[in-house]
Amino acid sequence: MSSDRPAAGKKAGFAYGVRAALPLCVALVAFGASFGVLARANGFGVMAPIVMSLTTFTGASQFATVSILGDGGGLGAAVVAAILLASRYLPIGLSVAPVLRGSRAARFGQAQLVIDESWAVANRGDGTFDRGTLLGAGVVLYLSWQAGTVAGVFGGNFLGDPRDYGLDAAFPALFFVLLVSQLKSREGAVAALAGAGIALLLVPFTRAGVPIVAASLACFAGWWRR
Amino acid sequence: MAVLIVGAAAMALKSAGPVVAGGRELPLRVLPLVAALAPALLAAFVVTGSFSTGRSVVIDERALGLVAAAVCVWGRAPLLVAVVAAAAVTALARLV
Repeated sequence: MSSDRPAAGKKAGFAYGVRAALPLCVALVAFGASFGVLARANGFGVMAPIVMSLTTFTGASQFATVSILGDGGGLGAAVVAAILLASRYLPIGLSVAPVLRGSRAARFGQAQLVIDESWAVANRGDGTFDRGTLLGAGVVLYLSWQAGTVAGVFGGNFLGDPRDYGLDAAFPALFFVLLVSQLKSREGAVAALAGAGIALLLVPFTRAGVPIVAASLACFAGWWRR
Repeated sequence: MAVLIVGAAAMALKSAGPVVAGGRELPLRVLPLVAALAPALLAAFVVTGSFSTGRSVVIDERALGLVAAAVCVWGRAPLLVAVVAAAAVTALARLV
């Protein structure tokens, strides 16, 4: 599947990122719309959900915030839940830091385009990332998410439940395809097994978001043996 | 209020690494760590995205979607085909 991800030592670029992100556009628009619908239904009005998509741009945290507040949960509970869900962006941000160049402000701006999916397609598999791919995929996914949010806020539920179209299964499928090519090395396979194991074991016992950020610790598996 | 706090927190979490350490080469010792971060996180995304709902570990229609994606990978189909097949199989299974 070498054509499906940037190769080590080769520049894949912006256009590749755009193309790689296209399969997920429909899913992002649909889930963006369902976020907009949920936010409206929970009394957030028009501006708040749009501002939230523009600034937060990470679906899980946004859904958590509007559903907890909508169910009468406190501000603290909503913020803690959303931050736990976004905590994985600390290791993810560190991993892409070397390729995000420019002024502090430029790096801050580029970092906002990083989400799970753009990070995953830009990964070269050797610990480095393709800057063009990261930004290309990031722009496409960002615009899809904003378009979806606006459509949901103003248009309501015309798209229906994204789950009816199986769109929730599109994300793990993307990650799976990108994972497979990482399993050829022993280190990659060990890290994947450890990451999957940690995440599944923690799901019943921790709050949402914790299993993922804990799984990132699996990258230490085997590190000390070097 | 929550919208502003969560937005600021997400922006800070995403940009902490790039703002503090952006544009610099990683020390060679750390590179294998970052290389292993990708399979660890990708595998965690796959299993939580396919086999969990809230705090329950479940096997439902999404598992069939994942099988469809696996078949596509095995058949060397492009990324797009694998993603569409997973969604289509999951949707069909939910209809049945």
